Amino acid sequence: MLDVFPKQFQSRHDYAREWKARHNREVIGYLCTYAPEEIIYAAGILPVRVLGGHEPQDVAERHIPTMYCPFSRDVLAQGLLGRYDYLDGLVDGFTCVHMRNVFGSWTLNIPLKYHHYIYTPSDVRGARVKPYFAVQLGKFKESLEAFTGKAISDSSLDSAIDVYNRSRRLLRHIYELRKAENPPVTGAECIEMVVSSQVMDKAEHNKLLEAALAELQSRRPDRETGIRLMMVGSEVDDTEFVRMVESLGSTVVIDDHCTGSRYFWNEVAPATDRLLAIASRYMDRPPCPQKDVQDTRFRFEHIARLVKEYNVQGALLVQQKFCTPHEFDIPKLKAFLQEQFGIPSLFLEVDITIPLGQFRTRVEAFLEMLQLQAV
Amino acid sequence: MQNLYKTRPLKMWQKAKELRLKFFKDIQTAKENGKTLVLVDSGSFIELPAGLEGHACLEGHPYGATVGMDLDFARECAEEVEARGYARDLCVYTRNFWGSMFRNRYYFGGEFPRPDFCIKRSLCDTESKWLQVCCEHFNMPSFYIDFPLYPDRRTGKEDIEYLATQMSDCIEWMEKITGQKYNDDKFIHAAHNEFRTTSLWAEICTLNKAIPAPLDQKTIYTLYFPTVVSRYEDDTVHFYEELLAEVKDRVSDHIAALATERCRLWDDGIPPWYFLKLYRYLERYGAVVLGSIYTYTLHGAWEDQPDDSWGRATTPEERGMPLKTRDDALRALALWYLEKPIYPGMCLPGPKSEQLLRIIREWRIDGMMMHMNRGCEGLSLGAMEQRLALLKAGVPVTVYEGNSADKREFDENQVLDRLDAFMESLGMKKLDS
Ligand code: SF4
Ligand code: SF4
Repeated sequence: MLDVFPKQFQSRHDYAREWKARHNREVIGYLCTYAPEEIIYAAGILPVRVLGGHEPQDVAERHIPTMYCPFSRDVLAQGLLGRYDYLDGLVDGFTCVHMRNVFGSWTLNIPLKYHHYIYTPSDVRGARVKPYFAVQLGKFKESLEAFTGKAISDSSLDSAIDVYNRSRRLLRHIYELRKAENPPVTGAECIEMVVSSQVMDKAEHNKLLEAALAELQSRRPDRETGIRLMMVGSEVDDTEFVRMVESLGSTVVIDDHCTGSRYFWNEVAPATDRLLAIASRYMDRPPCPQKDVQDTRFRFEHIARLVKEYNVQGALLVQQKFCTPHEFDIPKLKAFLQEQFGIPSLFLEVDITIPLGQFRTRVEAFLEMLQLQAV
Repeated sequence: MQNLYKTRPLKMWQKAKELRLKFFKDIQTAKENGKTLVLVDSGSFIELPAGLEGHACLEGHPYGATVGMDLDFARECAEEVEARGYARDLCVYTRNFWGSMFRNRYYFGGEFPRPDFCIKRSLCDTESKWLQVCCEHFNMPSFYIDFPLYPDRRTGKEDIEYLATQMSDCIEWMEKITGQKYNDDKFIHAAHNEFRTTSLWAEICTLNKAIPAPLDQKTIYTLYFPTVVSRYEDDTVHFYEELLAEVKDRVSDHIAALATERCRLWDDGIPPWYFLKLYRYLERYGAVVLGSIYTYTLHGAWEDQPDDSWGRATTPEERGMPLKTRDDALRALALWYLEKPIYPGMCLPGPKSEQLLRIIREWRIDGMMMHMNRGCEGLSLGAMEQRLALLKAGVPVTVYEGNSADKREFDENQVLDRLDAFMESLGMKKLDS
């Protein structure tokens, strides 16, 4: 049954077109997981995450500096190549510089009926950010109302929050299973569940997750767990790469990236002020490095909890080439994992396409070292 | 060399250089003079510590740029940072700063100064992460001011309040960690000076619309420096008042920065600091580079004028805003920061294209050269879209690759060849050949 998730992800463009025809409603893309999807969903619109296509391209270079990360160039290329021609609109927040270039280039070069920029504060744990972010969400809500010509009621916000929280809860349940000595689910399967949730109507996806959870609860793993790995990064949706890692005597038991746990980890705590509740959820979520600007490094605290809870033995630090926020965190994180937990890391720099052969040799050597250490 | 205009050295030049040196010396001697040393990024919120008993600001950007002019020192810094596992493509100012800090070597001599605390914000992704590591290195406290960045000028009540209350929190925080009583009068005066300096600087840059241009970009790099580092000080205001008077005289006497001015170019991004002679090279074609959005607006205050042209912003006091209490100053300062025209262009690509097209018209620019600076991702945002927008509007553009402060990524001959080809495409010939 778990096969449904990669299939859904691979056919995401067909799905969105079909959804649009079925509901006669709009589809809006978002570029970063700080986009408050609940509000879009409450407007009756399907929010879908815009991701790369991992295909070689030569269309983005005219629009985006070559020193910007391959993921951002890939995403823009997908737009320029017309892969997202069904999108009615696009939303972005105060994301990393590279993604803001993508958003700007997209709105300048690809026809859209609607686009909106939301200021998402950087200092997510700052004392004054939540009410201010809630005001920005209010403006976003108004702009969606103007776009659709329909008010977004409190009850539609409540149902959207409900559907989204349900998705988060189900994914958390599934992630819980990974704590087991022999997890019934692989890292690649988990990524497929998460990324497919980013491109589907959550109400429909929740049904798939419910069935998957039921299946996983009784699944007897037919593979050795091997070394328990954590995967850390920005966007890691290349499951072929993760499968390769897991075929070498290891299992990715937990992750900290935005096609994984960072996307769904915490819920909206329902409150009368719905926008403030949503704002709080996004400010309190496990931060991406771009948002982890305080000296406390909340991100590392969160990673430390995951390491302990999931009994991690080694970490794969997967970084998109030129990704500034992660480049800043990685040397510190590497030292943090080694010094605090004795956990070695393997750093892998990825481009639009991943050199599987070359990575395989390095991952093998890393796992051998971990196996020796385990002995 | 077929001079068309008279030229003469700028009288204020020496004073500008003195101010620059004083800034770096003040940092070095802050401790022995009993001053608090505050670490900040590119000169934002430097007025806030002005209410303390005495302070100096250690600023990352000017320091990183200065180190970039010394190839050996910069290389050693880069190597130190890379040896610690950091990527070679990180912001080059960060690498120059960190390299000095890790090696405990201040470029101007002695040990690297140890700041007492840090005030942070982030416009690009680098700023806050850069300072985060510094705070850890020195084990010093920091205060983060979350600056809301928009692609348009956003000065609603809630935006002003958001920034002003955070600055107010920062003042209370500084009182707590320094144990000092904050002096509101000094702060109000600093805010007043900030408005004067940044508005004067825009007025001076506006005078460069004249033909011949009284100032050129290479000179401007020295002249704009105090707007970045000390704009809240009396000396700085006096400097710009005198400079304005001198530049006005130059315009009325038709004194050119370049006596052979035949072609007016606009610049983009941070230059290769170790190769500023590229501006002298262009002069051989009679080409004067008038400025860049970076030098004019990083800390220049601009607004639309009644005749629709771009000129200096009226200060909050000129607009009738009160400046009597701490709260008045905080609100006026918040508004002033939110209005800075460089910020929309650091948010999304579109706004800067519009600014550039306007400048091309008003400063009567013949062509534009863009430095694709691999050392700074923040100011490279949208550069490719801006190039396309200019080309679409019929403005000749040339792009050269490089790095503002890492010579390892700069090919001098290739850049000069590119500039030659560009000048020839504009129909210009070397005047000395
Ligand atoms: S990989 Fe890094 S630089 Fe690229 S879009 Fe993601 S966070 Fe931004
Ligand atoms: S990347 Fe550019 S804008 Fe950002 S801190 Fe470095 S020099 Fe400044």
